[in-house]
Amino acid sequence: MYTQGLTEPGVRPATESTPDDAERLRRFEARIEAEEKIEPKDWMPDAYRQTLIRQISQHAHSEIVGMLPEGNWITRAPTLLRKAILIAKVQDEGGHGAYLYSAAETLGVSRAELIDQLLAGRAKYSSIFNYPTLSWADVGAIGWLVDGAAIMNQIPLCRCSYGPYSRAMIRICKEESFHQRQGYDIMLKLARGTAAQRRMAQDALDRWWWPSLMMFGPPDTASQHTALSVRWKIKRFTNDELRQKFVDFTVPQAQFLGLSIPDPALRWDEAAKRHEFGAIDWREFNDVLKGHGPCNRERLAERRAAHDAGRWVREAAVAHAAKRAARAVA
Amino acid sequence: MSDAHDWPLYEIFIRARGGLDHKHVGSVHAADVAMAIEHARDVYTRRLEGVSIWVVRSTDIVASDPADSDALFEPARDKIYRHPTFYEIPKEVETL
Ligand SMILES: [Fe+2]
Ligand SMILES: [Fe+2]
Repeated sequence: MYTQGLTEPGVRPATESTPDDAERLRRFEARIEAEEKIEPKDWMPDAYRQTLIRQISQHAHSEIVGMLPEGNWITRAPTLLRKAILIAKVQDEGGHGAYLYSAAETLGVSRAELIDQLLAGRAKYSSIFNYPTLSWADVGAIGWLVDGAAIMNQIPLCRCSYGPYSRAMIRICKEESFHQRQGYDIMLKLARGTAAQRRMAQDALDRWWWPSLMMFGPPDTASQHTALSVRWKIKRFTNDELRQKFVDFTVPQAQFLGLSIPDPALRWDEAAKRHEFGAIDWREFNDVLKGHGPCNRERLAERRAAHDAGRWVREAAVAHAAKRAARAVA
Repeated sequence: MSDAHDWPLYEIFIRARGGLDHKHVGSVHAADVAMAIEHARDVYTRRLEGVSIWVVRSTDIVASDPADSDALFEPARDKIYRHPTFYEIPKEVETL
């Protein structure tokens, strides 16, 4: 999902452990088993802390980079109301990034460090934001599918065992529903519009469908960290479970729009009570994740440019605060 | 590219409505208290979530240590006589 880079090596359960740690770990796991939340100052295994730092920071980066593809359309939104809505949505995503960096900082990393990692190209963010937004219909498709997929993933995260992450997710989920509905509303208008508008909507669905399915991350068979994350209740469902749920929810919504999902293998399995769908191109996914998607370079370049352009403002604010503090003392 | 240090961290407390306590909602980075309030407004009250904001430098908060939980809170556990339900009052006695 927003944290697809977790499958690479880097997080391993602590290797050296003292009898003391074994007892702490036992108590930690008992608390998780009892559905108690773990809070910042509580003891936690290092692997738990590291997994959370990676997951929360990747999630935060995704919110921030995710502002770019939609931000592209703020000046070109077709009406003043759509422009106001899009600004509100993009601002929400910035807020989501802020909540999440703030949750990550409770684990002992600094936001500046995390942002440096992103700008240096050393951090991951969701593959989905490396695809271009070519038409207005893409703004609709993103709200409907991308925010829809995000909701599917984020609702169980509201019950994550780590308190600050869980609370940030509750706040975020309250806001996401508006994102998805405004997207579907755009698709609905286009689907009920002229033939050209319907073509636009179909074209957007054609391009965003598969990347949206990839958002849930690698298949369970290739996802090495799922087991530990599920055991520690950082994650409640596997990638494939959530992906399946997303397909089952979304197919009828596409049908209602009169649009067709670009998957010839898609069919309803009556016995299993779920949709069968075609194979995902994992090579494309891995390419995008490694930095070779259509917009990876552009996104990072834009983030860097914004960060650099804002430097003088950050420095001036610090200088101003220091001057005023000095005057207050004098 | 790296900024040597970020703005200081402030903890944010918001009063949702008149009559309620301020409640901790998260944190923001800001150069000073005035900016912390502005950021808190933008980050935590975009949908009328609050009517009042408190900001406190995170480093100014002193918290109890979870390791001391037992020493701090255990003594209250066996004092059930502090709760009204501890006392059995005959049914005939009203408004008590
Ligand atoms: Fe978001
Ligand atoms: Fe969103």
